[in-house]
Amino acid sequence: MKGLAILLGYTLLGNVLHTLLSVPVSGNVIGMVLLVISLFAGWVKLSWVEETAQFFLKHMMIFFAPVIVGTMMFFGVIGEQWIVIAVALSVSTLVVLLVTAGVTAWQTGRAKEHTYE
Amino acid sequence: MNDAWFEQPLFGLTITVLFYMGAQLLNSRYRWINPLFITSGGIILFLLVCDIPYESYRAGGDIITFFLGPATVALAVPFYKNFQKLKDQLAPIVLGVSVGLVCGLLAVWGIISLLHGSKQIMLTMLPKSVTTPIAIEVADLLGGTPELAGVFAVLTGLLGSMIGPTLLKLFKFRSDLPIGAAMGTASHGIGTARIMRDSEIQGGISAFAMGLSSILTPLFCIPLIWWL
Repeated sequence: MKGLAILLGYTLLGNVLHTLLSVPVSGNVIGMVLLVISLFAGWVKLSWVEETAQFFLKHMMIFFAPVIVGTMMFFGVIGEQWIVIAVALSVSTLVVLLVTAGVTAWQTGRAKEHTYE
Repeated sequence: MNDAWFEQPLFGLTITVLFYMGAQLLNSRYRWINPLFITSGGIILFLLVCDIPYESYRAGGDIITFFLGPATVALAVPFYKNFQKLKDQLAPIVLGVSVGLVCGLLAVWGIISLLHGSKQIMLTMLPKSVTTPIAIEVADLLGGTPELAGVFAVLTGLLGSMIGPTLLKLFKFRSDLPIGAAMGTASHGIGTARIMRDSEIQGGISAFAMGLSSILTPLFCIPLIWWL
């Protein structure tokens, strides 16, 4: 229960801060950053949250399911430009995946060469 | 008895868990099946076949969506545990995420211009690689359609989670850093949830890339608008 209480507490804190500060980062992400800081500072011990966190992460996909169901139900709003949208969406997703992986792999390769020189 | 059995939140909650359980079973036998696609597709089919209004499902579905909050916060754990690896390779990841994001924005711009899509659609689609709430805010800021931006973000996440791991394997990316960075940048939380099933290290890197891209996307979008 301790783990759940901590995760919920940080979620609440992140969302409250999000409303107060109106920053363009979601409340949940703010909560995540705060928990990372707290773990490093030693305010929260890894053993307190690890088990609960592992459960949430293992089943993270289920939490998105209702969101996707909701999205599909409003498919109609996409309208007559759906072909352009489908092409742009798939191609740009492929581009982001490959370019990000490519640049990261290339740069880590270089960093390794540097260390071993 | 007209108080239909699907009129209570317990209905949406139960069928989501049931379909997820079924998807898990399928996924353990056929690895290529995406559990999220099966779960949400199954629920949609079920609602359509039984003629149950979406609003009735939503009462229970919202309860599950609520736990997305603590699940996102839980990403702090793999991030913390793999921090050493991240810190040593911070520059490559930041560069990879930034270049990937910019190329994605340019791809959206290029394809929509080429296919003569409307400017409205383009402005709505630019922030599609970030988590839904941020995509909605950025699209609003740019003058796009916020509701549609949420739909694009969710579809991008689903697509990335479905094709990402296979595509990256096909292009011979094997180490944790490129895979994690690509999944988090291209398909935010949904991609992170997917890659977390394969590896905790990749999941932690993906969570970092997701956070980074949600900060960088609004920054990158703004000059693009001046230029357009």
